[in-house]
Amino acid sequence: MATTNTLELHMLRRREFNAGAVATLPLILGAIPFGILFGTLAPASGLSIAATMAMSIIVFAGSAQFIALGLIAAGASPSIIIFTTLVVNLRHLLYATALVERVKHLPLPVRAIMAFGLTDETFAAVSRRYQGDNIKQAHWFYLGSMSAMYGNWVLCTVIGIALGSAIPNITDWGLDFAMSVTFIGMVVPYLNSKAMISAVLVAAGMSLQFAHLPNKVGLLIAALAGISVGYLVAKYFPLANATATANKGV
Amino acid sequence: MAIQQEIWLISGMFAVTFLIRFIMFAMAGNLRLPAPLQQALSYVPPAVLTAIIVPSVVLPHGTVELSFSNSYLVAGVVSFFVALISRNLLLTIGLGMAFFMVYHHLL
Repeated sequence: MATTNTLELHMLRRREFNAGAVATLPLILGAIPFGILFGTLAPASGLSIAATMAMSIIVFAGSAQFIALGLIAAGASPSIIIFTTLVVNLRHLLYATALVERVKHLPLPVRAIMAFGLTDETFAAVSRRYQGDNIKQAHWFYLGSMSAMYGNWVLCTVIGIALGSAIPNITDWGLDFAMSVTFIGMVVPYLNSKAMISAVLVAAGMSLQFAHLPNKVGLLIAALAGISVGYLVAKYFPLANATATANKGV
Repeated sequence: MAIQQEIWLISGMFAVTFLIRFIMFAMAGNLRLPAPLQQALSYVPPAVLTAIIVPSVVLPHGTVELSFSNSYLVAGVVSFFVALISRNLLLTIGLGMAFFMVYHHLL
């Protein structure tokens, strides 16, 4: 009897794991050009091949890795790049806050592994799963999603490095637009309240105003200005935030 | 970049990224972010992403290029409207990239 239960549990976990990977597939498709591009551009920006691989394997944070490349090419010091990574990745704190009630019963090492894989894509995929009732084995769904994302990210980095060295002028093809278009597609769904729109308009204006500052400091100033304005607009004009609150936790 | 610098860079990037992702999970709900901080955080993704996108399409080569010969800007605007109308990330990436490739190479 015990063996049957163990077997059933094993099958259930495997089903969850596979379902998590499958649910993440559309998002993985979007990450493929991104990963290939990272592998292609990194050596051209001045990062060694070993460090390019290490970054994808150890850091596993797409947009922060891209920004790091821009900063390396601009000659920024590691400390500045690390600080910029901190600001850019602060959004993950929000994701973790949204999920913590659903994962707090799990053993600490499992939570640590899940935290390592808390990317934008996995958060989007598992949020839908965690809205269901039966979430007892949902962490296997999460692990399936993050394994698929991670495997794809590392593989695409390898492919990018290979393509970059095989096709010398691939960086002139304008593949760098892939990152811009991906981010545009990610920002637009946020534009559902006056507070959000204000935040984005201020960030856009300030980013141009300060574009010429060294070490991409302009990026940080623009982001902080946008965040402050969005927060203040929502605080002093409560109606401006109505839709944003309704969409919270997506 | 020198190898010592690369090691310091990757360790640092790993440390801050993992810390941000892990701290809430590690505290297992015993850490509550103050409401104002939580509200401010909700503006971080669009503000940061916008501050990355806008200069990359308006100044693709380091100087402001407000013209139809700037394929990054034209394709960026097209992609924005595709995203606004379709509300579909994959379609936005596909159509945006296709438009950029054609426009950039016809130019």
